[in-house]
Amino acid sequence: MSTVKLTIDNRQVEVKVGATILEAARSVGIKIPTLCAWTEINHTPGACRVCMTEVEGQRGLIAACVFPVSDGMVVHTNTEKVRMARKMVVELLLANHPQECNYCVRNGNCELQKVAEFVGLKEVRFDYTQFPKEGMIDHSSPSIVRDSRKCIECHRCVAVCEQIQTVSVLTPAHRGSKVKVVPAFDLPLIESNCIACGQCILACPVGALYEKDDVDLVWKALQDPTKHVIVQEAPAIRAALGEEFDMPPGSLVTGKMIAALRRLGFDKVFDTNFTADLTIIEEGNELLKRVKEGGTLPMITSCSPGWIKFCEHFYPDLLDHLSTCKSPQQMFGALAKTYYAELSGIDPKDIVSVSIMPCTAKKFEAQRPEMNSSGFRDVDYVLTTRELGRMIKEGGIDFVNLPDEDYDAPMGEYTGAGTIFGATGGVMEAALRTVYAVVTGKDLPSLDITPVRGLEGVKEATVKVGPLGDVKIAVAHGLGNARKLMDKIREGKADYAFIEIMCCPGGCIAGGGEPIPTNNEIRVLRSAALYKDDGKVQKKRQSHENESVKKLYDKFLKEPLGHKSHQLLHTHYEKRGTEVPHKKNA
Amino acid sequence: MTMDETEILKEFSPEQIVKLNEIIKKHKGKPGGLIPVLEEAQVSLEYLPMSVQKKIARELNLPLSRVYGVVTFYSFFTMTPRGKYTVRVCLGTACYVRGGKAISETVEKELGINEGETTPDRMFTLETIRCLGACGLGPVVVVNEDVHGRVKSSKVREILSQYK
Repeated sequence: MSTVKLTIDNRQVEVKVGATILEAARSVGIKIPTLCAWTEINHTPGACRVCMTEVEGQRGLIAACVFPVSDGMVVHTNTEKVRMARKMVVELLLANHPQECNYCVRNGNCELQKVAEFVGLKEVRFDYTQFPKEGMIDHSSPSIVRDSRKCIECHRCVAVCEQIQTVSVLTPAHRGSKVKVVPAFDLPLIESNCIACGQCILACPVGALYEKDDVDLVWKALQDPTKHVIVQEAPAIRAALGEEFDMPPGSLVTGKMIAALRRLGFDKVFDTNFTADLTIIEEGNELLKRVKEGGTLPMITSCSPGWIKFCEHFYPDLLDHLSTCKSPQQMFGALAKTYYAELSGIDPKDIVSVSIMPCTAKKFEAQRPEMNSSGFRDVDYVLTTRELGRMIKEGGIDFVNLPDEDYDAPMGEYTGAGTIFGATGGVMEAALRTVYAVVTGKDLPSLDITPVRGLEGVKEATVKVGPLGDVKIAVAHGLGNARKLMDKIREGKADYAFIEIMCCPGGCIAGGGEPIPTNNEIRVLRSAALYKDDGKVQKKRQSHENESVKKLYDKFLKEPLGHKSHQLLHTHYEKRGTEVPHKKNA
Repeated sequence: MTMDETEILKEFSPEQIVKLNEIIKKHKGKPGGLIPVLEEAQVSLEYLPMSVQKKIARELNLPLSRVYGVVTFYSFFTMTPRGKYTVRVCLGTACYVRGGKAISETVEKELGINEGETTPDRMFTLETIRCLGACGLGPVVVVNEDVHGRVKSSKVREILSQYK
């Protein structure tokens, strides 16, 4: 590999040809502030100008994030000229930014604040303009709020929406001082093809995109003595919630999370992993049924509501491939107000069912009109990991020093198979463990199916399943990768039996509701925490070994894919298509 | 027929739609085809409403958001119909100090529309601009290619009546 030698701040640096000044500087630990650059997805528009450096022989200042290095180049990153220019850039950005930091959702975790601190900004010499909210804040989506007043035009949200998720809802529109990031025709998000994944929120350096906050509604339910409030938490929460309290990424905080939820006042702390195990039983049997009876194959997982909405918009012709299983969140919701209500003798109208999800699309899913199979809204409120973090802080709970507590019975029992749902490939791995056991009557020779793990975009494997022979499977995460598999199906070239698709890159551990920052390094650590729970913490690692799930079938559901299951645990999908505007919630 | 094609038929003649199809066909599949398509469509249809943008996005296989982004970026493209005559009132510094603002308000009153709008009979579109380089003639009003210099508010009606 050919390299280039240059000097940065009097230090000799050697980097590969084509590297930018920013990459070269970072390689030797020289920090240059950035805002619009998001190098992990190759988004370096050079727009914000906070990364300016001085390059000898070049006229003017140079944006380090886009300028390629060359042999003998001499770069200065902290001269008077550079420092003054950066200060001015940040000063102008702030002069056009609402001064609402104290009560902004990103206060303390805002890249603009950090850059202002980096450049040593001490004052903004311009009178702050008023920033009227009228017409500038889009509250239409049940998942995502857009506050255009705070947007700094870095276009990172546009990049992730278009390049990674290939949904392409957001675009910069208009010109000059009127420029604004919007869906086509300035439509509200709910009328666009937005799939509510929330990856744009993870991309946003400031508070211009954030989750719809339902914390107050949950507080209200908790303080209502007539309500019995129960809670479920997705697998990915236990691998990430610690980060909201400055614990290192990858800390597995299951016990502390349960303790915190009890202290907040939840009457019962249950687990989405319980219904993840249940999903495996239903979905595994559905797959076997399709194989035996010649149903539509490949069958595709249906746990990820962002993926579901994406499929409804962009592949409405392939909806029959989706498993009819509801997501674990919705299975839990339907059982909470039927099975659990019966067991506990509580009137379902008095049960408030809350879920903690790594996901903004789950908020959308919970309010889909068909998600009322208990006769009530099955899941009343959905909070993201970040909202739960804020709630615990507001509740005055010292999270880091909490003792470990255990789940309540019966909807708190889970196996390692349920926990790995949170990482890409996890549902596939969990399903194969059970399908293998159901078909062969034996356990898989090794319960670790490593080819489906990891961050590669599309993963394929072939597993020998007794009399079924070779079963070809595929796993994709991130919708750009999902498209590759879907196009293959459309062309009739997909010979898989079973496909797992997760909307967000990395799976739920990097969902749009997870702590910020979320990047590849953190994705790996959070996934490792879940595989640790599966491999080291949980004694049982196969969904069909979950005693509470067995009891649920004995006492209530009777059999997988049976009448009750059909009523409560399975669903149907809607052909939405790509026409916009869409009617609200339609 | 898709929903937006029905929408297009409400606003344009079958001949115009044939023309639009030809324009799209000519540039389809070529890199950078979007702007030429929009440019020729703007000339031929005179404006690019939602239905036309949807058709172009679908047929060029581009995100609708990108088409909208480009349409709103360039002032050459409009989403609403334009009038037969475009009245441009200069509000550059020289014209402004010589009463350009009053002229623009008088035109608004005479035509019954605001800046950027078109009269219901599609005769006039009103725009303001910043300096035509004819400061010596200020305040200046341009109607299509005709330049009217040293305009007084009292003369506005007379000028407009030449085009009615």
